[in-house]
Amino acid sequence: MTARLANAFARGRPALVCFITGGDGDTAANLDALVAGGADVIELGMPFTDPMADGPAIQQANLRSFAAGTKTADLFRIAGEFRARHPEVPLVLMGYANPMTIRGPEWFARECAKAGVDGVICVDIPPEEDAELGPALRAAGIAPIRLATPTTDAARLPVVLDGSAGFLYYVSVAGITGMQQAAQGSIEDAVARLKAATDLPVAVGFGVRTPDQAARIARVADGVVVGSALVDLVARHGADAPGPLRELTGALAAAVHAAREVA
Amino acid sequence: MEQGRARAPLPPPGLDKPAALCQARGMSVSPQPNSFRTLPDERGHFGRFGGRYVAETLMPLILDLEKEYRAAKADPAFQAEFDDLLEHFVGRPSPLYFAPRMTAHYREAAPQGMGPKIYFKREELNHTGAHKINNCVGQILLALRMGKTRIIAETGAGQHGVATATVAARFGLPCVIFMGAKDVERQKPNVFRMKLLGAEVVPVTSGAETLKDAMNEALRDWVANVHDTFYIIGTAAGPHPYPELVRDFQSVIGKEAREQILKAEGRLPDMLVAAVGGGSNAIGLFHPFLDDPDVAMVGIEAAGHGIASGQHAASLTGGGPGILHGNRTYLLQDEDGQITEAHSISAGLDYPGIGPEHSWLHESGRVRYLPITDNQALDAFQLCCQLEGIIPALESAHALAALPELTLTMGEDQIIVVNVSGRGDKDIFTVAEALGVKL
Ligand SMILES: Cc1ncc(COP(=O)(O)O)c(C=O)c1O
Repeated sequence: MTARLANAFARGRPALVCFITGGDGDTAANLDALVAGGADVIELGMPFTDPMADGPAIQQANLRSFAAGTKTADLFRIAGEFRARHPEVPLVLMGYANPMTIRGPEWFARECAKAGVDGVICVDIPPEEDAELGPALRAAGIAPIRLATPTTDAARLPVVLDGSAGFLYYVSVAGITGMQQAAQGSIEDAVARLKAATDLPVAVGFGVRTPDQAARIARVADGVVVGSALVDLVARHGADAPGPLRELTGALAAAVHAAREVA
Repeated sequence: MEQGRARAPLPPPGLDKPAALCQARGMSVSPQPNSFRTLPDERGHFGRFGGRYVAETLMPLILDLEKEYRAAKADPAFQAEFDDLLEHFVGRPSPLYFAPRMTAHYREAAPQGMGPKIYFKREELNHTGAHKINNCVGQILLALRMGKTRIIAETGAGQHGVATATVAARFGLPCVIFMGAKDVERQKPNVFRMKLLGAEVVPVTSGAETLKDAMNEALRDWVANVHDTFYIIGTAAGPHPYPELVRDFQSVIGKEAREQILKAEGRLPDMLVAAVGGGSNAIGLFHPFLDDPDVAMVGIEAAGHGIASGQHAASLTGGGPGILHGNRTYLLQDEDGQITEAHSISAGLDYPGIGPEHSWLHESGRVRYLPITDNQALDAFQLCCQLEGIIPALESAHALAALPELTLTMGEDQIIVVNVSGRGDKDIFTVAEALGVKL
């Protein structure tokens, strides 16, 4: 397993995880802006024609990416070039089962390894269907990162944790990306419950947009994931997105990194 | 199709051959009696198809639904209520009707002594005008059992939307129907019907604005409302246990047809034909006959402008295996696994996937799947109106359109049953436009 992910969560402070969709805008420049702003982990979205778990912001990002002609090969090129520019920053691919498995799981895992990808989040492969992708990823040293949600109860949690690696992604609301915000109290309870059950770092995402929100979550979680707010900047600023991306990431990173320092 | 005998199934290597079929073909019989009717397995797989490819948020609910469905299946009270509603609310049994003029028509076209007796299974006579209501009655009873208080559904032609809105009204539950904006446009009468029945119709503007996109949107609504919402899926597809339970609820079609043909002819039919969108009317007719080796089965896929044109909805003929909407099955997709747009004149067949059990039946060779184009369906639609006084749904017209080919090689003493899955009132505007008639 690559050490990059583990290192990102072992700096004695909460980590900021930043998501953008691959092939939407100048992805290389946008990713560099996230790193320059202080992102600890990069999540690169693989566009899919039918993103069932995504709200309008990421749906639109997928459409823009397809309109620009993005193919799976482009995604791996983007990932590989990122790895060459940023040898230490962990990179996670996030997407859906069909593009990940269409050429066979071994092919996908091999491409991930070649491109220096550290982990994979597949939205629609639950633990019950792990055989579809998990074994190939593990064999290639790539972390299968699983999602826990408000509907993952105590009885089910061990099923989710078994075979999880990298970090545990807590989806704080039952819903799609970019919509609601979860109540802080419910997040705190859930993170406490998850941390009691696993040694994996717990990162919280879905509905996190502002530095204030991120800081509140970072007080209890090991990581905070921000996606749609960044994707919105790419939508609004197009080729000029790197500046605004760096600015928002900088504010988020400052808030997250300092969240547990005594005020 | 030599002499209209059941086409010998060709199971792929590794697939256990059902004993009855092996015997029928004079092959050695595998030690355990086997069957085409025992799947899915406990994990929801039909061979390599099916499964539960859903977001974690939905997983606990899907597992719950499965548990509840097992309990309902074993509960005589549930079955009794289902049967009672099918009889008194839906109007079952639907007749099995001998189509005399269509039979004569194809006998004329066929070589001497050929041209089978044609029967229609009259699902279009059901309340709301299609087979879709059978499944909706079953699923709303499950929803009530699970204490859910809100119903959602996707719809293409609007038949499933109407059927869902109907059962929601019957049981007093609020109901939201997701429908592609393009389908809202081409199926206006059904949109109005749903509204009359008290449903909220949400036009979906993502993607190609058809059934696939409506299903995406329904899934998005569902993850956000899992606590109180039941998703009534309209076809034998989606994550386990949907393909199984939709099939079971629709199997009333085949069970009745079996009894009816035995009563009318004293024997089983030689061939069954049904249109396949997601595959619910077809599997409902086929399933009770799957272990009868002498009953051949043909599923009809929508070939749109023709397979070669690339504008079709024939996932088996023109697609490949992949994962979408909760199951592994045949899909229309590109080399990267991106889903491509389907095309069919029939909104109910305009979907780039197919239920997982059909993918399995296809690969096992038990059922043959044939493509039928928009134009073939339009011809069959008109012929059925003129010869039998029945306006079929455009979906069902695809099944009827296979008759010219299928009847040629079947003897006069043989029997073919066509599932007339729905009535065509909803389609008259589409047909008028296609025929260049201004209404
Ligand atoms: C009358 C009718 N037949 C067939 C279909 C296709 O669905 P399925 O393949 O699930 O029977 C539809 C779908 O809307 C329909 O309305």
